[in-house]
Amino acid sequence: MHRIITVLALGLLLCSSPLHASVTLESFKFSTPEQEQHFKDVIEQLRCLVCQNQSLADSDAELAHDLRAEVYGMMRDGKSDKQVIEFLVARYGDFVLYNPPVKPSTWLIWFGPFVLLLIAAALLLRSLRRQQQVPQQEIGEAERKRLEQALHNGSPGEGPKP
Amino acid sequence: MIPELGHFSLILALCLSLVLAIFPMAGSLTNTPRWIAMAKPVAWGQFTFTALAFACLVNAFLSNDFSVAYVAQNGNSLLPTMYKISAVWGAHEGSLLLWAFILCCWTVAVASLTRNLPAAVLARVLSVMGMISIGFLSFLLFTSNPFERVFPVPLEGGDLNPLLQDPGLAIHPPMLYMGYVGMSVAFSFAIAALIGGKLDATWARWSRPWTTVAWVFLTIGITLGSWWAYNELGWGGWWFWDPVENASFMPWLAATALIHSLAVTEKRGAFKRWTVLLSLLAFSLSLLGTFLVRSGVLTSVHSFAADPARGLFILIFLCIVIGGSLALYAWRAPDVTSGGRFSMLSRETLLLGNNLLLIVITAFILLGTLAPLIYDAMGWGKISVGFPWFTTMFVIFTPFMVVLMGLGPLTRWKHHEPAELMRTFRVAMLVSVAAGLLVALPILHDFSPWPGLAVMLSVWLVSSLVLSLRQRYRNRASLRALLKNPWARGNGSYFGMIIAHLGIAVFIIGVTFVTQFDVDKDVRMSPGQSIDMAGYTFRFDGVHTVQGPNYSADRGSIVVSRDGKEVAQLGPEKRNYLVQRKPMTEAGIDAALMRDLYVSLGEGLGGGDWSLRLYYKPFIRWIWLGGLMIAIGGLCAALDRRYRIHVREHAVQPARASRKTLAHEAHS
Amino acid sequence: MARYLRYLVPLLLFVLLVGLLYRGLSLDPKIVPSPLIGKPMPAFSLTRLDDASATISDTDLRGKVSMLNVWATWCTSCRAEHETLVEFARTGKIAIYGLNYKDDRADAQRWLMQLGNPYIANAFDPDGRTGIDWGVYGAPETFIMDKHGIIRHKHIGPLTGQVIATEILPLIAKLEASE
Repeated sequence: MHRIITVLALGLLLCSSPLHASVTLESFKFSTPEQEQHFKDVIEQLRCLVCQNQSLADSDAELAHDLRAEVYGMMRDGKSDKQVIEFLVARYGDFVLYNPPVKPSTWLIWFGPFVLLLIAAALLLRSLRRQQQVPQQEIGEAERKRLEQALHNGSPGEGPKP
Repeated sequence: MIPELGHFSLILALCLSLVLAIFPMAGSLTNTPRWIAMAKPVAWGQFTFTALAFACLVNAFLSNDFSVAYVAQNGNSLLPTMYKISAVWGAHEGSLLLWAFILCCWTVAVASLTRNLPAAVLARVLSVMGMISIGFLSFLLFTSNPFERVFPVPLEGGDLNPLLQDPGLAIHPPMLYMGYVGMSVAFSFAIAALIGGKLDATWARWSRPWTTVAWVFLTIGITLGSWWAYNELGWGGWWFWDPVENASFMPWLAATALIHSLAVTEKRGAFKRWTVLLSLLAFSLSLLGTFLVRSGVLTSVHSFAADPARGLFILIFLCIVIGGSLALYAWRAPDVTSGGRFSMLSRETLLLGNNLLLIVITAFILLGTLAPLIYDAMGWGKISVGFPWFTTMFVIFTPFMVVLMGLGPLTRWKHHEPAELMRTFRVAMLVSVAAGLLVALPILHDFSPWPGLAVMLSVWLVSSLVLSLRQRYRNRASLRALLKNPWARGNGSYFGMIIAHLGIAVFIIGVTFVTQFDVDKDVRMSPGQSIDMAGYTFRFDGVHTVQGPNYSADRGSIVVSRDGKEVAQLGPEKRNYLVQRKPMTEAGIDAALMRDLYVSLGEGLGGGDWSLRLYYKPFIRWIWLGGLMIAIGGLCAALDRRYRIHVREHAVQPARASRKTLAHEAHS
Repeated sequence: MARYLRYLVPLLLFVLLVGLLYRGLSLDPKIVPSPLIGKPMPAFSLTRLDDASATISDTDLRGKVSMLNVWATWCTSCRAEHETLVEFARTGKIAIYGLNYKDDRADAQRWLMQLGNPYIANAFDPDGRTGIDWGVYGAPETFIMDKHGIIRHKHIGPLTGQVIATEILPLIAKLEASE
């Protein structure tokens, strides 16, 4: 138990403190700004496996350094984005992609919000239409006066009984 | 001795909360006045002992009492006094004690500031709050005792996590907890109303100011957290959709839906069941957040040291509180009659639509946050949704909300003719679209629709607010009345709405523009070298060592100039805290309303060279300015005179004036 | 009747949520399952930890049921599992090899001398490149390979007596029995 806590606490410090023991803001050399942007785009699509909520671009975990160096090396050798990503997925699984791929098993994630929206919209429309037919439940004049008084004087009003 | 006193106080507080939970509630159901009358004094007793316990823990930190395990882990004699105090809530046990203490504060606030509520109802409300206190106090005493001693006594403490040694982060948890715990007030009012069977406009009126104040605290807490992250974490990020951040955002969204829903229930008697459900939901999400952060069920950079045993305790507590409240809802809600009717196009419908959007957003944030858990538990493999997914979904849904936000304030209650509404908004719509296109066009070569969309939405919101103001103050008499008595009833609410909605517009601009137009560069610089970026020249003047109270640091010196004139001197630091020995960055930031210049220090590369990251962040302050405006708006609304029950002079208002006030209320 | 059922929906959703969270308490969210299971072990050729002039490669692990344990001196959990590993090595149930990951040669050698050496041989991977090929993202991690060099299991985190008894030993028995 204590071990788990130590490991987790270390992880917390590691993933939240931006600087770690070794070289951090490594400056890779790029021949053009487009190449630099291209590199950034690729590492932003990948996930750090240590600080699992951060992208490979943002994380300062040591593994993230290693993997960035790996990606840089591959891109400099002329490998395409697809090849780089395939390389990492072959070793770490789909989890290394920061955005989960869209396949039947992830439809819940990608379409879930819209399904929820449709359900909510349908429920809204149904309840709106239904309450058009419900007979009026206006508060009567006497009720209204009493409520006003309550709001002005602060004495409790007697609301309509449920 | 003192820690034992603190421990004992907690035990007493727990006993009192048991009394508070049982007797007043029983008294209200059996009509026993003596028991009902116990509520207030017992609430005060509970508060006194919890406050005492809290004071004991603060004392333990200030006196460097390392025989207390919690102080040994989180305190240190070199820690500046401010951080010795904030260390009290820097880790799990202490933060729970803060939770319990704040809960007792809200309980006595409700007990003392609520006048003219039937004693039986107040008794129920306080009893429910007492029940929640039982949960937290027993959690503290049985699993997370901050007063446990450690033997042998260490000579020094483990020190507060350096990341937490920052003023923003010192105050962020108290603000958040004020918000989370404050939601329990609306929750308790809802439970009391469900039990008593009286769910009416009066109930909504009582709930509203409490909920609004809690919501204001939550807004401030979240804004502070974001601002702190930007200042402290060194790479200019300000929101990460981390599970713990989501755990604070979900109650905020639910509470936003709730305050709007309460407005409708108060004014029109409609949405009663929905408002009750939202009252239960907001606090439930707060509790759920507590669970997620402390149970180890999710990976997060923020979470406290996780412990599944503690997680189980909280889960059982959740079952009792949330399960119990939802069961009560299922039982009593069908008996609640619905209130005023409204047609398809009315302010009620628009508010309901916005509510639903807010809840759908809350639901998908929950879905995304729990996705890793869902997939793992069902054996569907391992996934996690990251920042891009959350942002994409959020950006898709928000524009619809903003459209409704614009329409709402100008739409009449109960019924509004569609053609008339179109007429009102015709110009506003054209202006918004035009403004959006105007902004989008110059950058068409880069085609990004977002700045244009953001401007369109913000201009839409602002136009709607302008139209609303024009309508409310269309003649001199109303303007004169406003100037003569700005604090008249109804004005707080109205201007609160204006400011808060304006804050949203400001926020949207801030977020979009900084995301689209920020520039950053990773560079290696030698002393004396200059680099140009975003129209500014950054000159690196080397790094020298400085000493802080409990750290030593390498401080870089960067001079920023524009067109040859010096604009800022930045001193980013790389600190080494003496105790925990983990390096930490302090970014060098030149803050201004329209842009931030941000530099963080990397590593020394030898020969005086250092790696640096330079950022240009336009409009980033608008994000927190927006948050602040939203909070101020909420505060104005909560302070509206109509809630001040002890202001008695309104009882003698002449008849004509009250009709005008009512006419105003129809529009507010 | 249907009207009343509607109000039960929030409670029902909550019950589902609780079930999920309860299940979550016994899961570890940080574990990343390996896509290499069922695939041949990644090829490598590294210097041996004890002798920089000698090499060790994946072929050395073929032909028998083998275990590759990824460890380092900077890893506190590795320290915790070391005793268990040494004891397990004594039973001789499986050929244990080590991958010394992102470490210092001298430190690692001293460590083994002080704490005992359960490994038949150790591969020295100072820059972690081989670790990347094996999908290593932390230490300790342990791989079990069958006689043909196919990875059959990956355990993330320290090995304990319980893990060995429940996960490793049954697997070894199965792999030894099969062709």
